[in-house]
Amino acid sequence: MTSVTYENVVKKFGEMTAVDNINFHVDDKEFLVLVGPSGCGKTTALRLLAGLEEISSGEIKIGDRVVNDVAPKDRDIAMVFQSYALYPHLSVYDNMAFGLKLRKVNKDEIKRRVTEAADVLGITDLLQRKPRQLSGGQRQRVAVGRAIVREPKVFLFDEPLSNLDAKLRVQMRAEISKLHQRLQTTFIYVTHDQTEAMTMATRIAVINKGKLQQIDTPQNLYDHPGNLFVAGFIGSPAMNFFPGKLRKDGDKIVVDTGDFVVPIPAAKAAPYKPHTDKDIIFGIRPENIHDADFVPPNIDAEKVAVKVDVTELMGNEIFLYLVSGKNTFVARVDPRSKLRVGQQAQVMFDMDNFHIFDASTEEAIR
Amino acid sequence: MNRITHILRDQKLGSALGMLVLVVLWSMPTLGLLITSLRPSSVAEISPWWEALFNPLSTVWTLDAYQNSLDSGMLASLINTIAVTVPATILPLMIAANAAYAFTFLNFKGKEFFFAMLVALMVIPLQSSLIPVLRGMVAFQKAFHIPLTGTYASAWVVHSAFAMPLAIYIFRNYMMTLPKELIEAARVDGASNYQIFWQLILPMSVPALASFAIFQFLWVWNDYLIAFVFVGEQKAVMTYRLLRLLGQYGQGWRDVAAGSFISLIIPLLVFFGLQRYFVRGLLAGSVKG
Repeated sequence: MTSVTYENVVKKFGEMTAVDNINFHVDDKEFLVLVGPSGCGKTTALRLLAGLEEISSGEIKIGDRVVNDVAPKDRDIAMVFQSYALYPHLSVYDNMAFGLKLRKVNKDEIKRRVTEAADVLGITDLLQRKPRQLSGGQRQRVAVGRAIVREPKVFLFDEPLSNLDAKLRVQMRAEISKLHQRLQTTFIYVTHDQTEAMTMATRIAVINKGKLQQIDTPQNLYDHPGNLFVAGFIGSPAMNFFPGKLRKDGDKIVVDTGDFVVPIPAAKAAPYKPHTDKDIIFGIRPENIHDADFVPPNIDAEKVAVKVDVTELMGNEIFLYLVSGKNTFVARVDPRSKLRVGQQAQVMFDMDNFHIFDASTEEAIR
Repeated sequence: MNRITHILRDQKLGSALGMLVLVVLWSMPTLGLLITSLRPSSVAEISPWWEALFNPLSTVWTLDAYQNSLDSGMLASLINTIAVTVPATILPLMIAANAAYAFTFLNFKGKEFFFAMLVALMVIPLQSSLIPVLRGMVAFQKAFHIPLTGTYASAWVVHSAFAMPLAIYIFRNYMMTLPKELIEAARVDGASNYQIFWQLILPMSVPALASFAIFQFLWVWNDYLIAFVFVGEQKAVMTYRLLRLLGQYGQGWRDVAAGSFISLIIPLLVFFGLQRYFVRGLLAGSVKG
């Protein structure tokens, strides 16, 4: 049973606070992805767990053991670095065996584990090579292999795919997911790439400016972002935001952006009643804005008048860059859409899927 | 004609020609030394050495000078020089590598200050501290009854000490270029500082260690001053012996030429043995790209 717990963890570098009071709990066998923009403190958070940085205050536990003062080698973790960090003068075999030799594992056992890991990763015929004779993808596999043979309780990954080209990245993504299923161990993975986070994680922790923004399953994070940052960070193209006000209009509550007004469906209106006449930010994802000619059935759609600014045909869909008064936003519409650049048109907002944030706290209202 | 200018314009050929000129220029004195050492004194004293070079067949060649210098104890001095030089190269190398590791990868109080002090020590000239060091050594051997002056060990200690600032400086600068992640990876893998030093840093620092070793070796090999002051006559090193060979009036200059040539052989072997480390890019491929 290897869980990982962060309790009020703070890391300061001089005056700068890199990790600001982070709390979360990772269950055994979970695949947690720490995601956020560069410089947000996610890598520092991981390095604290690895023991490569000292915690300024708070506690990190692996299982039930507080590891604040435990040396990296005694934490029973293995880490895969962004730059692979292979030992240049050792062969692939020796790179993978290095940690085991230090731990005085007997030779046959080392051989068994290395061959097995090499087999899993498909690098058996590279074992006698030096790192400089390997391609980026192969080096990455060796780095992962070096972690696997240690049979640690927790695997740590620090942006392991960011030096690979796009195609290889997709492939390695799937392989790491498979590895997680196979090994049944706790994985903690740092990335700035939200696609990696969404595709691999059992849960995602979004971090910004050293603070934990939200931690949840990928689907919940996407469907119910807790604040403006998470809403904007997860999803591509990003969610559209419209500053505006909540207003009472008869017995309805409406969102008034100054350029257009959309009513909130009665069934969803209850949480917003206390917020009428307050400044809010209205958010809607590009796929929830439809061409008026191709509205899916059974949705609660509201008309908004727009001008088409740019169209991008992606084949299976079209991205429309739309202008409504002072707002520009993106819609992801049916590829049969006939809307053309410069055209005045009406698009339909799917009012079953929208988000409203308090303009001052940026927290979601729900 | 056209073709010649074309070839001359070719940069590779240009630099090769430049190299050739330099090589000839630089090896001329050595060649002169070799030929002089092989000519009988009666001829060498009345005609320049290049005459022998241009008429190799009509010249009389002799190994007299080699015989003389060997008879005067050159071989024993060669052993003495080796006994001084090898430890005086390895000792500072190992100590400085350890120190540089600490200055690069460990955090301790006053790290920057101590490093700055060490670098500052480089400005102290050897000559000005020679006698104070000798007096200190004499006081030490009186106090602890350990003989030092006149032994090889005294030269090891002094050479190591004077080499230390530059060696630490060079090694630290080199180790700073090693990717920090490698050390972190090793730490997570379970290596202690000692293991990281021996199994990772030392093998990866071979280019820096080798180039320092070459310089230190040549410096100690050619040193006269420290050997003269600390080791002295009992275990005369080659530089000391060469001066003796020259004689009061400089009459033994052909013997010196022969002795110099004997003393040249081992440094040449060392250089050719280690020179590949200058060009080896040991790190290629360890980190990204």
